[in-house]
Parts: sequence; C-alpha cells; structure tokens
Amino acid sequence: MTGNAAVGEAAIRAGCQCYFGYPITPQNELTEYMATHLGRKEGCSFVQAESEISAINMVYGASLTGARAMTSSSSPGISLKQEGISYLAACELPAVIVNMSRGGPGLGSISAAQSDYFQSTRGGGHGDYRTIVLAPSSVQELADFTHRAFDLSDKYRIPVIVLGDGMLGQMMEPLEFKHKAPDVPPIREDALRGANGGPSRVIKTFTSNPSELEEINWSLFRRYKLIKRDETTCETFLVEDAQLVVVAFGIAARIAKGAIKNARAEGLKVGMLRPTTLWPFPSEKVQELAKSTKHFLVFEMNMGQMLEDVQLALGGTGEVQFYGRPGGVIPTPSEVLRVISRLYYQKGLK
Amino acid sequence: MRKVFTRPKSLKRTPYHYCPGCGHSVIHRILMEVIDEMKIRDRTIGIPPPGCSVFAHHYFDVDMVESAHGRGAAVGTGIKRAFPDAIVFTYQGDGDLAAIGTAETIHAANRGERITAIFVNNAVYGMTGGQMAPTTLLNQRTTTTPYGRDLKIEGHPIKMSEILGLMDGAAYVERTAVNSPANIRKTKKAIRKAFQAQIDDLGFSVVEILSPCPTNWRMGPLESWQWIDEEMTKVFPLGVVKDVTGARDAD
Repeated sequence: MTGNAAVGEAAIRAGCQCYFGYPITPQNELTEYMATHLGRKEGCSFVQAESEISAINMVYGASLTGARAMTSSSSPGISLKQEGISYLAACELPAVIVNMSRGGPGLGSISAAQSDYFQSTRGGGHGDYRTIVLAPSSVQELADFTHRAFDLSDKYRIPVIVLGDGMLGQMMEPLEFKHKAPDVPPIREDALRGANGGPSRVIKTFTSNPSELEEINWSLFRRYKLIKRDETTCETFLVEDAQLVVVAFGIAARIAKGAIKNARAEGLKVGMLRPTTLWPFPSEKVQELAKSTKHFLVFEMNMGQMLEDVQLALGGTGEVQFYGRPGGVIPTPSEVLRVISRLYYQKGLK
Repeated sequence: MRKVFTRPKSLKRTPYHYCPGCGHSVIHRILMEVIDEMKIRDRTIGIPPPGCSVFAHHYFDVDMVESAHGRGAAVGTGIKRAFPDAIVFTYQGDGDLAAIGTAETIHAANRGERITAIFVNNAVYGMTGGQMAPTTLLNQRTTTTPYGRDLKIEGHPIKMSEILGLMDGAAYVERTAVNSPANIRKTKKAIRKAFQAQIDDLGFSVVEILSPCPTNWRMGPLESWQWIDEEMTKVFPLGVVKDVTGARDAD
C-alpha cells in the first residue's frame, strides 16, 4: 500500500467522517483513496473543493458540527490553508491536516523535501498559536500517526499536522492497521448542531475587547503547556555510547539510520535522535543527550530549520554541525556516511 | 387584546450597534421573523462575515459561527455535509461574497449546496470605512475611488445574482431591496422562499438585498432610499433571476 493510501485508510478507521481536498502532487493518491472509500460511505462526505482555501474552510465547518474531518495537500497548498488553520486554532476546533511536502520555495518541485518545518512548527498563519506536528518516517508510521493525530486533535481541541513528504506518500510498504473502523463515526459532545430548544451558542474569536482576546491566548497557551509535558515523543537509536548524535526527522532519519548502521560497522560510535513530534520538540531529550555527547549533527532535507530547535535546546552547550540538501534532492545513506566520517575524524572522536 | 406586532422570538433584546438608516437592522429583523415563522430556529446555523455584521450573533438567537472573510460558502458546505439536518445560512456583504469569496460562492452554488446566502449589497466596504466594493457603481465616489469609479481603471460593478443564476446547482436567486415597506415585504418573502428551497433539498439559494449605507454614501436615510431606486436598481435590477422551486408566487 502507498503511504498516501495508508493515511486514507487509517483516517477512515479513526472515524474520519469528512474529507475535503484539492489535487496536488505528490499526495493525490490520498485524495483519490478518500473519493473511492469515504465518499459513498453512509453518513460520510468527500468534496473535491475549488481550492485549498475552500477545503480547509470546509474542514472548519464540518469540525464545528462535531465530526472528525481532515484535509491533505502538499507544500504550496498548505501555504493556502494557513488562514484556515489559524481560525481552527483560534476557535479550538480539532482537524487533521496532512502535508506530503515537496521542494520549495514557490511552485518548487514535486520531489520530497522537508522545507516546511518552520511553516508547520511555528504556526504558518497569523496570530499566537501552535499546532501539534507529527513526523512519521515509514508507511506504518503514517498510518499510526494519522490515527494518533485524530485522537490528539480531539483531546486537546487543536489542529494536528502530519508532516510527511513526497517520498513517504508515494512509497509502498507492507503495514498493519491496528484499529477497525467504527460502525458509526463519533460525534464530539460539544458540537454546534443548532440550539435545539436551548440557548444559542456562538463560535468566534473576534472581539473589540483586547483583554478578552488576551485571555483566549492565555488559555490556548496553558493547554500548549500540557501538550508539551504529556505528548512530546521521539525515538533514539544507539545513543548510549555515542560520541556523535545525528538529529533527523521523517524520511531524512531513515536515510541517516542506514548511514549510522554503516558507520557502526566501521567502528564509529554514532547514534541518532529522531523527534516524532516536531512541535512539541523534544528539547529535554536533546539536553539529556548533551550530558554524555558533545557533538551533534543535524541532518535535514532543507537549509537548516529543525537545526534552530536543536540549537535552542542546547543553548550554547555542545557543538552543532549541519548537513542539508534542499529543493527536493534525496541524499543517499553513503553521502550522509561521508559527512559523518569526516566530522568524526575532524573532531578527533574515538 | 390581540398582539399584532412584536419582536421576533429569534431576535435577541440587544439594541443595534448599526448606524442610523443602515439596512442591516431591517434585514436582521425579517430574517429572524422568517426563522420563527418557519419554526427552524432550533436547527439553524448562521455564518456572519467579517464586516459591520460581524456582531450579528449579538442579535440572532440561533447558533452562529465566525467565518474568515469570503469563506462563508465553504464553511457552510462543511457544516451541511457533516450535518445535513442543519439549516445553514451565510450573511455576507458585497466585499465578502463578490470579491474575496467569489470562488467559494460560485462553486458552492454550482455544486448545489443546500445552503442559503443572504447577500447584502450596499455598494461599499462599510466597516473598513467606505472603500470601493466590487458592486460600487460607475462614477460613485468612495474613499478608494475619490474621483468616482472609472470603468477604464476600476472596471464595472459585478452582478453576482446574474452570475449565480447561471449555475445549474442554484435553485433560487432573487434580488430585492429594503428601501420601502413594499420592498421589505418582498425581501422577506424572498428569504422565506430561499430557505424553503434549502429545506426541499433543491440546491443553493441566494437573496441579494440592496441595502442603504447612509454613513459611507454621505447621504441622509431618505436620500439613500431614493438613491437605491434611482441609481442602484438601474445596474442591479430587482426581481427573480432564477427559480426552480415551482412554488406559486402569491403576489
């Protein structure tokens, strides 16, 4: 199954009721999967929207009625969704947004890249807000993280971004689905579904009173603090005795893992930290590793974006080097191994 | 004693913040009268725009949800698709529906989304201070057409009802005005038909309402009413543009 299709199937099994999308390569198999498998399902809806802007606003509409709703796109389309993501964050509405990212800036390329790290983790739209960002590195994880995205989104009432890339989306791998689709899609209890004899309600943020808006911001950030505490995740690989720790996420981590295995075969003590949540970023894990390792190599398929989070976490302790390939170029494990070896010997590590 | 005139139940007891002579207050009232009369208050979800009527939820006692500028029809689509039992209306101005939200509106109409747009056309951007709208008339002075709208520079006023009437998914399209008691009554009837088209599952419905903005037109309320008759209706003729409801006109 392709990664794109795996996301679709996992979403349906998570009880996704509505999917709204717009074609863009390299994520079209996901939109097509939803058209085929969700569109005609009882009580569910698929709309091919007229734009990414409309698609995210349809998600907003569906989400406020209590349905699990999602959209997907790739980098330029995700830029267009930022307005809607900001509104979802402001109105505390759950939504799952999948980005099978590609090379940028501009129309860029359709090849896999990781240049949307800033856009995803800093909240690419206007205002003070955060989105949870999950970073899978296999087709199995695409499915698992999609399911988790719906759960986290409902639990914290926050938009969740699954940040994949064109390679993950289009590669085929065997996988196992851990959940069965619910017979009836779940509806959130606090949904807006008409006053039904009771008092009417309103979902909004606009106010002419700055203190009221400030309180909304404070309340959002109190919740973000809980998310940081309870939902930060990462994977470590051979870090116990490592002299050099590679920090990489998503598909780049998979490439790095191959390089690290070969480095180990040559006797180099190299390990890896792979953040699986990019926001919240596992800063504490970086700090913990810095107690036993001085040297870090951040490897990304961009010009150095997660690099800043690693530097912030280290706060001047440790030495951070960077290796990146932007524009949709896919580095090979042997290329990364050369970078690792050069750095290892330059720094006189043993 | 028989009560012959009262506040609609679905209209909250909040004094309007609108300018004297503004059309919103009348439109708000008749919209809520229709919702009362059709007994749909309990399953109605309204979508106000950014603009003067951003605070419509202060007045409408139905569930309301804020939308980004121009995105009302897309938000409405999402609501209706996820929850088809809802009666969904957007309340949009000319900048909202006819400029930034053109794509959302045309495609929702073309898909035949079962939602109703209440489209208030006052030929200016009201809340931002009277700039040119897509519906501003030729030679009309606004803060961004200080010498009058010049067709060679700013183009022509856009006729949304005629455009939406071309959409096969549109079931009911009518342009009305609220500048006289007779026109107000016609507007109320049009709103009712538009909701009925939605309830009968026929498709997209829209009522374009020519509405006075004395403040930004720099006119008195009476002069504004006359200007609608004498100038606006020449460009935006009143009447039914499209009606596939098959309902008999009671007039």
